Amino acid sequence: MTMKRSSHLFHLHLGLVFAILLGSGCARSDRDAGGKDGAAVASKSSRVVLQNKGSDTLVNVAQAWADAYRDVKPGVAVAVTGGGSGTGISALLNGTVDIANSSRAMKEREMEMARSKGIEPIEHVAGFDALAVYLHPGNPLAEMSIEQLKAIYGEGGSLERWSQLGVEVPGCSSDEIVRISRQNNSGTYAYFKKTVLGKQGEYKLGSRDMHGSKDVVELVAATPCAIGYSGLAYANDHIKMPCIKNGTEAACVAPSVETAIDRSYPIARPLFLYTSGQPTGALKEYLDWILSDVGQCLILKKGYAPVKPAADCA
Amino acid sequence: MEVSKVKLADRRTANWWIDKAVAVLVFVGGFSAVVLILGIFLFITREGVGFLVGDEFDLVEFFGSPKWRPTSDNNPTYGALALIVGTASVTGLAMLVAVPFSLGAAIYISEFATGRTKELLKVLVELLAAIPSVVWGFIGLSIMNPLIIELFDVPIGLNVLNSGVILGLMAAPIMTTLAEDALKAVPDSYREAAEAMGATRWQVSFRVALPAARHGLVAAILLGVGRGFGETMAVLMASGHSINLPSSPFDSVRALTATIAAELGETAVGSDHYQALFTLGILLFVVTFAINLAADVFVRRSDRA
Repeated sequence: MTMKRSSHLFHLHLGLVFAILLGSGCARSDRDAGGKDGAAVASKSSRVVLQNKGSDTLVNVAQAWADAYRDVKPGVAVAVTGGGSGTGISALLNGTVDIANSSRAMKEREMEMARSKGIEPIEHVAGFDALAVYLHPGNPLAEMSIEQLKAIYGEGGSLERWSQLGVEVPGCSSDEIVRISRQNNSGTYAYFKKTVLGKQGEYKLGSRDMHGSKDVVELVAATPCAIGYSGLAYANDHIKMPCIKNGTEAACVAPSVETAIDRSYPIARPLFLYTSGQPTGALKEYLDWILSDVGQCLILKKGYAPVKPAADCA
Repeated sequence: MEVSKVKLADRRTANWWIDKAVAVLVFVGGFSAVVLILGIFLFITREGVGFLVGDEFDLVEFFGSPKWRPTSDNNPTYGALALIVGTASVTGLAMLVAVPFSLGAAIYISEFATGRTKELLKVLVELLAAIPSVVWGFIGLSIMNPLIIELFDVPIGLNVLNSGVILGLMAAPIMTTLAEDALKAVPDSYREAAEAMGATRWQVSFRVALPAARHGLVAAILLGVGRGFGETMAVLMASGHSINLPSSPFDSVRALTATIAAELGETAVGSDHYQALFTLGILLFVVTFAINLAADVFVRRSDRA
C-alpha cells in the first residue's frame, strides 16, 4: 500500500514540476507553426482576427481600442493580451502576433534577432505616458529628484532609509525603504532603468519584483515603507505621487497628462506599437484608426497623453 | 484437427478481444510514465544545454553569485545562488512547520482515533490536499501579509516566513496521508504483543509503531520536501519575489520555480535568457529526482523490514 501510493506520487510530482516548462515551450512552438509571418488570420466567414499582445502599461488602452473598433469594423476582431513589453516583442519575433505593444523602444539586440529571422519591425508611436513614482499615502515626502530615485533604486546607491531623505514615515517603524520594482522583462522596468539609473546603471538587488503595474500600486498602497513606479493610468486614491525634478535646481513637476504632453515631466515616455513590416490591409486600417481623433481620445480617456495635443475630445 | 479449430474459434470471442485490448492499454499506460519522464528530460536538456556549453555560462558564477540579471544590456549575469538559497530557505521553513503537524496528525489518525472520527479526519486531510496552490498563494498575499506586518512590525509581509508557512500547510496533508499509510503498514501483531506485555497506548505508539514505520515516515518527509521544492504559484505570490540572500525569516526571497514561471513566457525562444531558465529547470529536475529517488529507497527498505 505504502509503496503503491508513493510511486504514484513520484510520477505525479515530476509532472507537476515540469508542467510549466513543457506548457510554455510546447504552446509556443505550436503557434509558431501556425502563423510564421504573423499575418492576420482570415477564417471562412472572412472575419479578420488581429493578434495584439504586450505591454502591461498599454493593455487597458489596447482593450478599449479593440472594444470600440468592433463597432467601427464589425468584420475585424482584435484579440488583446498583456504580459509585459518583452512578451509582446518576443511574440512578434516568434511570429505569433500582428501588433506588439511596448512601453519601451526595441533594443538593438532584439532588432538584430528580428532581422536574422527575416522580420523588419516598424515602430508606431501611439501616445505618451508619465511614469509616476508611487508612495504610501501616509508618506510625507512631496517631491523627489531623479538623483534620489537613482540612489534608492540603483546599484551602489546610498539611500536605504527614509530618514536619509529627512522624513519619518508613519507606520514604518523600521525606517527601511522597501523598493517595489517590476519583473525584468517589463518595458516599464527597462525604461526606468535607462532613464533614472542611466545607460550603465543596474538595479540594486533585493527589490520586490511584481508581475504587473496593478500589483505594484496595490502593494504600495498596503505597505507604508514602500516606494514603487508604474504608468500614470494606474494611479488611484490609495497612493500618493510625489512631483519629480531633474536636478536640484529644476522645478518640480507633478505627473499628469498635460505635463506628459508638453514633455515637462522628466520621466515621460512614448508608447509604441510594433508591426512586422509595413502594415497593410485590415492591420493598416486599424493603426490609422488608432492615430485618428477617435482613437487618440480613447488613450486620453485612459489617462495617457495622445500623440497630437490638439485632439478635441468631447 | 477439427477439434482444435473449433477450440481456436471458440476462444476469439468478444471477451477475448476485450481482454487483449485491456492488456495492451494497461501496458501502454504503465510504459507511458517511463516514456514521458525520458521525453521531459530530453526536452529540457535540449533547450538548456546550449547555455551550459556556451560562453555565457560560468559554473562559479552560476552557483556562487546572487546576481541574476539576464536582461541587462551591458553585462548580463546569470548567478543562481540567491534563487537556490531562496528555494532552500522556504522549503526548510516549510518542513519545520509541516513535519510536526503531519506526523502528529498521522499518529493521531492511525493510533488513537477510532470509528467515524478516523474516517472523517482522513477525508478532511485528503480534501485539504486538493486546495489549488493559487488559492494558497492568495491566502499568503491577502491574509498572511497584513497579519505578519501587524504581528512582527516588519515593513513587508511577503517573505520567507509567509511562504514557508503557506508551503508547510500545503505539504502537510500529503505527508500526513503517506505517514499514516506507513503506520498502518506496521502489523497489528506488533501492537498486540506490546499491549499484552502491559504497554500503554502511548508506549505502543512511540516505542513500537513509530520505530517500526520509520523508513516510511522518512519517505513521507522527503516527498514533502520534493513537493516544497517544486511548488511554484504559492511561493511566487507569497515570497516577495526579490533576489536576496536572506538573513532572517522576514527577508523576501525568490524561488527557482517562481523565476522560471515569471520569466519564461517573456523570453525569445533560443535566447541566452531562455536557455538559462531551462538550466534552472535542469537543476530543479535533478534535485527533485534525487529527493524522490531517496524516498523510494526508504520505502523499499521499510517494505523489506
